[in-house]
Amino acid sequence: MTRPGDLAHHTLAVLVENRAGVLARVADLFARRGYNIVSLAVAPTSDERFSRITIVVDVESSPLEQIVKQLFKLINVVEIVELAPSESVERELIIATVSAPKSIRSQVVELVNIFEGKILAVSSEQMTVSLDGSPRKIDDFEALMVDYGIVEVQRSGRIALPKIGQIAPRLSAVEA
Amino acid sequence: MRMNGGQALIKSLELEGTEIIFGYPGGAILPVYDPIIDSGIRHILARHEQGAGHMAEGYAHATGRPGVFMVTSGPAATNAVTPLADAYLDSVPMVCITGQVGLAAIGTDAFQEVDTTGITRSITKHNILVTRAEDIPRALKEAFYIATTGRPGPVLVDIPKNIVDATNPDAYFEFEYPDSVDLPGYKPDVPVDEAAVAAAITLMLAAERPVLYVGGGVLKSRGADILRTLAEIVQMPVVTTLMARGAFPDSHELNLGMPGMHGNYTAISALQKADLLVAMGSRFDDRVTGKVGAFAPDAKIIHVDIDPAEHGKVRRPDVPIVGDCRVVMENMVIQLNAVGGADAFGDRSAWRQQLSGWQEKFPLTYEPSAPGELLKPQFVMEKLRDGCPSDTIVASGVGRHQMFASQYWKFDHPYTWINSGGLGTMGFSIPAAIGAKAAFPDRMVWAVDGDGCFQMTAQELVTASVNKIPVKIALLNNAYLGMVRQWQEMFYENRYSEVYLSHDMPDYVKWAESMGCAAFRVEDSDEVEAVIAKANAINDRPVVVEFRCHSEEKVFPMVAAGASNDDVIVDPSQAALLQSERLHQAGSQKETLR
Repeated sequence: MTRPGDLAHHTLAVLVENRAGVLARVADLFARRGYNIVSLAVAPTSDERFSRITIVVDVESSPLEQIVKQLFKLINVVEIVELAPSESVERELIIATVSAPKSIRSQVVELVNIFEGKILAVSSEQMTVSLDGSPRKIDDFEALMVDYGIVEVQRSGRIALPKIGQIAPRLSAVEA
Repeated sequence: MRMNGGQALIKSLELEGTEIIFGYPGGAILPVYDPIIDSGIRHILARHEQGAGHMAEGYAHATGRPGVFMVTSGPAATNAVTPLADAYLDSVPMVCITGQVGLAAIGTDAFQEVDTTGITRSITKHNILVTRAEDIPRALKEAFYIATTGRPGPVLVDIPKNIVDATNPDAYFEFEYPDSVDLPGYKPDVPVDEAAVAAAITLMLAAERPVLYVGGGVLKSRGADILRTLAEIVQMPVVTTLMARGAFPDSHELNLGMPGMHGNYTAISALQKADLLVAMGSRFDDRVTGKVGAFAPDAKIIHVDIDPAEHGKVRRPDVPIVGDCRVVMENMVIQLNAVGGADAFGDRSAWRQQLSGWQEKFPLTYEPSAPGELLKPQFVMEKLRDGCPSDTIVASGVGRHQMFASQYWKFDHPYTWINSGGLGTMGFSIPAAIGAKAAFPDRMVWAVDGDGCFQMTAQELVTASVNKIPVKIALLNNAYLGMVRQWQEMFYENRYSEVYLSHDMPDYVKWAESMGCAAFRVEDSDEVEAVIAKANAINDRPVVVEFRCHSEEKVFPMVAAGASNDDVIVDPSQAALLQSERLHQAGSQKETLR
């Protein structure tokens, strides 16, 4: 199985107008055209007219070019930036409740500390921990936690910005 | 001027130049119907919302202006889905107004409530749920702008009842119609990339076997005139797809006719053997390409389309050009003239000879009916074509009759062919013809229909009679769902499953007469011409002519679904000739290999 942090995926930062139903339009388009979404995160931008949807797409399912062009056809999509992993900073957040009875609790705490994560809650049998970082780091952390028994896990999906000093290529819908 | 939302909506339609609303009222849209009484806009009451939608499409196809249709919420909105999808797939500019339950009731499963914008999201170019009365003018401005610019398409505006309700004080506002739209994500005007045009011209100059593969985009851009100029300069043979019939005169010597699943042998083979395709507003539809991997294997591709997503969707172009076909062709002509115009092109007589050789050997053909036999649909189409003015508008349903109409009519004028190409909507022709005739009352409008199609939307003939819209219907009654029958015959070993409809049930003449039409039944080839003349002389009411046709008559040529265009099946009378032609070709290829 492909892990969410795998670099084979492409990340699109899609600036959309803040209008009702915009997220449904984007999600519908992916469903309708048979494109796979690996993860998706939405939040307002500093300009209240717009929101940014960060979508990690599975480019195996369809060529990225078609996905971008079809997205551009949505009236409320204003701008699409492809964030190549090497040219952007990507972050993701994980919250996990893991099985951590007294006998192994210290091992879990040690791992969380190595990864510079946080312990959010502790009970006699379980522990809820959080960690933010690059998607690959989150993958590694999650894989290690599996050994202790993950009770519940939630990942935020990745968000990304271009690296400072590097302007990500804006994928224009018009081919050069 | 202070007015309520309903008045504002009608006022906005007036300001957009709407002449006709095709529609059907009901609960949620009632407040918008009231101000129609005081408006100069003509409203045509259809008998089914689907009919209203296809009428708006027919109007838009014929005029190039956006069709407007208006229906209520719930079941009316779901009935509007088919014409919206039809318009979406054929890029027809259209604005659909739907009523919606009041804002407070949205989401409560209220009476006649459906999630209209949700349902229509993937079959409209855009849709808008308006939540405040004062937003209605802006929404309408955007709807018309989006529907008519860029790649045209349907836009739906959903109007909750409370914001148009004359008894609601909050539905009143100071009306002002915006001059422009504010759509930061929609920039339909693309400047022509002149370097790409220059690259295209280089390919044209080098090509030995070029073909202009013309699609509906040429008509949408009103580009028929410049297309002719371009084709004549380059001396490039032209094929016109099902959506582009009429974009280039059929009587022009460069016109090879329609390619595709039921195209003619020469048009299909020209695409296959070409070394350059200039795809102009066409989208490499599966009904044209056949098996994509085997389509036009030796051809370089210049692809002109206003929708960049069409470039590389099916076939990767060597030179993609984004833009309005007309504007791009104008630019091409300027650049071509700068390099010497027609004189710049070398001798392509070998290619022309090959094409005319095919045209001679494999013309469209059929076996005339023997005395006493039922009519051949091809014969009916020939007689209809010869008995009507050349600028007659022909609307068609979907099936074999559609293919016969496209094959045998001679389209010499743009905007005279109205059909459902992408969605393949049975029942399209009658309402679409009504929409076209409403737009052009002085033009002759024929709908070519099948018996299956007729039974889907015949009720709109009541609309035509009541509103004095005298369309004419050529009903090719072959007692079957003919196209499905043909597939069952050819690909399901003659196992005819659920395709028989009967010649006699219903009695089409009585039915047509009951709807206020003049009606005739023709069974004998000798009568066809006279009855067509009689029908053409009637101008005070719709006419239905039932032509009793052969059930067995198949459409040829045919490229089976998923097969290569190289494996086109021709009329049985030409099969032996084609076989020897293919053997000959294979032989000469072998020799070349040696």
